[in-house]
Amino acid sequence: MAVVTPGRFPAEQVPGPARAAGRRGHLPEWLSSLWAAVRTTRGGIGLALVSLIVGLAVIGPWITPSPPNALLTLDYARPGGHFLLGSDALGRDVLSRVLAGGWLLLLMAAAATVLGVMLGAAAGVSAAYLRGVSDGIIMRTIDVILSFPQLVFALLLLSVIGPKLWLIVLAVAVSHAPQVGRVLRSATLDISEQDYVKAVELQGTRPAKVMMKEIMPNLVSPLMVEVGLRLTYSIVIIAGLAFLGFGQQPPASNWGSMINENRIGLALNPWAVIVPAALIALLTIGMNTFTDAVARVAIGVERRPEEAALLDELVPREIA
Amino acid sequence: MSTAQAPGGTAAAPPSLGEIRLEVRDLEIRLGPSGPDVVRDVSFSVRAGQVLGIVGESGSGKTTVALALLGHTRRGLSIHSGEVRLDGVDLLRLRPAQLRAARGARVAYVPQDPSAALNPTLRIGTQLTEALRVHSGITENPADRVIEVMREASLEATPEMLRRYPHQLSGGQQQRVSLAMAFACRPSLIVLDEPTTGLDVSTQRHVLDTVRSLCSSYGVAAVYVSHDLAVVGGLVAHVAVMYAGQIIEIGPTARLFAEPVHPYTRGLLAAVPSPERAELLTGIEGQQPRPGGRGAGCSFAPRCDFATGRCRVETPWPVSVDGRLVRCLRTAEIAGAAAARQAAVPGPAGGEPTSALSLRSVCASYGQAQVLSDVGLDVPAESCVAVVGESGSGKTTLARCIAGLHRNWTGDIIFQGAALAPGLRQRPKDVLKRVQYIFQNPYTSLNPRKTVGQIIGQPLEQFQRLSFRERTERIGAVLDDVSLGRNCMSRYPDQLSGGERQRVAIARALVVEPDLLICDEVTSALDVSVQAVIVELLRRLQRERQLTMIFITHNLALVRNIAQSAVVLCNGIVVEAGPVEQVLEHPADPYTVRLIRDVPKLAVAGLPGGPPGQIHSAVRIRPASQPADSQPAAGPAGQPTLP
Repeated sequence: MAVVTPGRFPAEQVPGPARAAGRRGHLPEWLSSLWAAVRTTRGGIGLALVSLIVGLAVIGPWITPSPPNALLTLDYARPGGHFLLGSDALGRDVLSRVLAGGWLLLLMAAAATVLGVMLGAAAGVSAAYLRGVSDGIIMRTIDVILSFPQLVFALLLLSVIGPKLWLIVLAVAVSHAPQVGRVLRSATLDISEQDYVKAVELQGTRPAKVMMKEIMPNLVSPLMVEVGLRLTYSIVIIAGLAFLGFGQQPPASNWGSMINENRIGLALNPWAVIVPAALIALLTIGMNTFTDAVARVAIGVERRPEEAALLDELVPREIA
Repeated sequence: MSTAQAPGGTAAAPPSLGEIRLEVRDLEIRLGPSGPDVVRDVSFSVRAGQVLGIVGESGSGKTTVALALLGHTRRGLSIHSGEVRLDGVDLLRLRPAQLRAARGARVAYVPQDPSAALNPTLRIGTQLTEALRVHSGITENPADRVIEVMREASLEATPEMLRRYPHQLSGGQQQRVSLAMAFACRPSLIVLDEPTTGLDVSTQRHVLDTVRSLCSSYGVAAVYVSHDLAVVGGLVAHVAVMYAGQIIEIGPTARLFAEPVHPYTRGLLAAVPSPERAELLTGIEGQQPRPGGRGAGCSFAPRCDFATGRCRVETPWPVSVDGRLVRCLRTAEIAGAAAARQAAVPGPAGGEPTSALSLRSVCASYGQAQVLSDVGLDVPAESCVAVVGESGSGKTTLARCIAGLHRNWTGDIIFQGAALAPGLRQRPKDVLKRVQYIFQNPYTSLNPRKTVGQIIGQPLEQFQRLSFRERTERIGAVLDDVSLGRNCMSRYPDQLSGGERQRVAIARALVVEPDLLICDEVTSALDVSVQAVIVELLRRLQRERQLTMIFITHNLALVRNIAQSAVVLCNGIVVEAGPVEQVLEHPADPYTVRLIRDVPKLAVAGLPGGPPGQIHSAVRIRPASQPADSQPAAGPAGQPTLP
């Protein structure tokens, strides 16, 4: 993406492509609508929460006060002294384990989301655009996957093949794909009836190219909403699987497994359960809030009323 | 004037004709409380029994003014200042409860799209009685009143009709129901917002007749908003032309249409096509300044041929010229200049009758429904054939069959000596390149996520292997050809106006140098001034590039301006075909005769045959069947002379 540095060149000297998109600004569409979402109150709060917790998870491993897996003190010691959040079932420092136990969870959630949305988008868009037999096969496959609850589906795969990290990512991704596919299929049905798609078909363009070049760019908003939404689900499911013991194996720390390990000592040192649970909750709330802002910007709810009225005025009415 | 009447108290006795019912003064509407103005300095008055037409192109603020007459604005807009006095009461000063009581009872609104305005879950009878029940004290017997207004709106007032749901009525009947609803409470003012835009010409004419007779018999003042000058010309006695949120010319219709003073009005009238003459249509280049972008001086100056330096600096105030108010600084100079129209160059004589495209017994269907039956058609090479018909006549299906978008047809379509396969996939690449198609609506035919350069470059990429430099050169050349200029290559469609978008669509079709160009209602989504520019552009390109062209339209008036021969379609059957002059002047089929009769026509003075000044005889406004008393406020000079 070429970025025009203001003041460096007179406008005329800037070579063509750099000046592309004039009034729209020099951001690609998805970035500019993300930016619009960030500027709303809702989006700002959501993003602040998400970045706080993601930041904690990413920097965490480098700033642990003590080694996260070392047995240092009594079981379920109350917070105090050297151990700000007390200790867990084996006398390990809760704060260090919380700091070290987030990044892999987030990484797996992100990977599962990206993979799931890609799979779902490919399935949904091609089902809607190709119609006919392809539509039938794709949608019925989706129905089959959809008939398993997401967590059960992941558990099924994991118990058959074994608790491998890549398999968790894959299982969660596959369980996301149907929902994403449905949403994008209905969005694509609308778009593929538009005249601009017909115009390209008239030139004899291959279906794959029509989908990639004409349809996908118009699905940016629903895709962004889907990514945000699926990311929250991924975090919850992967943390849930870790809670059930599918995930990193002991002694590695993980927010999900920490809740399970320490729930017996809830009365002795509640912080060992509350803190990881709260972090997961805040992360999903933040992510959801931000996604909501993105969706609202995409459908125009968060547009300032003056701007909306101006658009009404300028866009002519449809002639029957 | 200031006979303060209690709001809600409806006029029991019909007031005498000629009394001023509505008076609007210095209306100003802004975008937000302190934003730029959308509408400013709008003042006019309407007498009882009179219809005032407000015409203007999209974005001129005409609907905003119409809604303000009901004390309403769309979200984000606010009425900044001004008065809307109805029978002496300023609607803008009423408390919300009083305003609510006045709406419906004293001011009624007829929206553009009746199918969206009627509640689909309520029976017609229920909806008609609703208003009467809400505004108590209007009539003793709502049921009788409902039957009365149904009759007035030329609807059968049978119990079966009252029990129907809106979707069981035709578009014309739905619009009559909304008219009946508007007249049910016997209001003082009716605001009609493009009520006939979605209707066929025949239906449109009946609805217009109804409006006119109801207004005159009940002494109702009406404001009729429309973009269609021909419709307004036939209906109203006075007309206001709006441009960029201001009324730039207002006066008696006949005189204003015969001798327009403001350059914009002149441009607008010159752009209206007529089925009676072949003329060179002249549109208005450029586009309206948007709210916020209206600088000092006359807002029309950038597009005006008469503009001088003074026009760009000084704001014109309304001056009275020849019985009307005109917002122009140079009225004196302009009034002299004759608004002559050039006769169109006659089409090529068609020396060689080789046909580039011929259809033989083509039948097409959508599922079970047969849309085209046994259509035969010959398109001579390098000429333009117009396909005319009302909505549902199958004209678009015909175009789609030829282009290959609709595959479900039988028969033969022979293009340059070879039969065309039904679907796109079976057609060779070369045929796809030679047949190009322009869609009806430029707002949906350009991908909003691609730049103009990418859109036009797409067919080139598909059909020709060119280097980046060559491709850019070709795109630039075709953009010049459609008078867009190369610098719009990096723009996105939403940065372009409707006319500019349609030019891009034309450029996309022409960039691969096709032999056959199919234009499917290419101007129906555009304003009349833009329509004229686009039609002229297509005509020039057709000549220059020796294109064979199929021009599909519902607008008979356009046919003469572009085509050499015409085909009339009715319910999927060709009812008439031949040279344009023959079809339009000596139509043989009753359907064609009716179609031609129902087109609202607008004849303007200043033609080669009618010197300016002889207004009375030069102006003919149709439909001609209007009683003389429906034009109470028109001065003697403004009386339309009936042929």
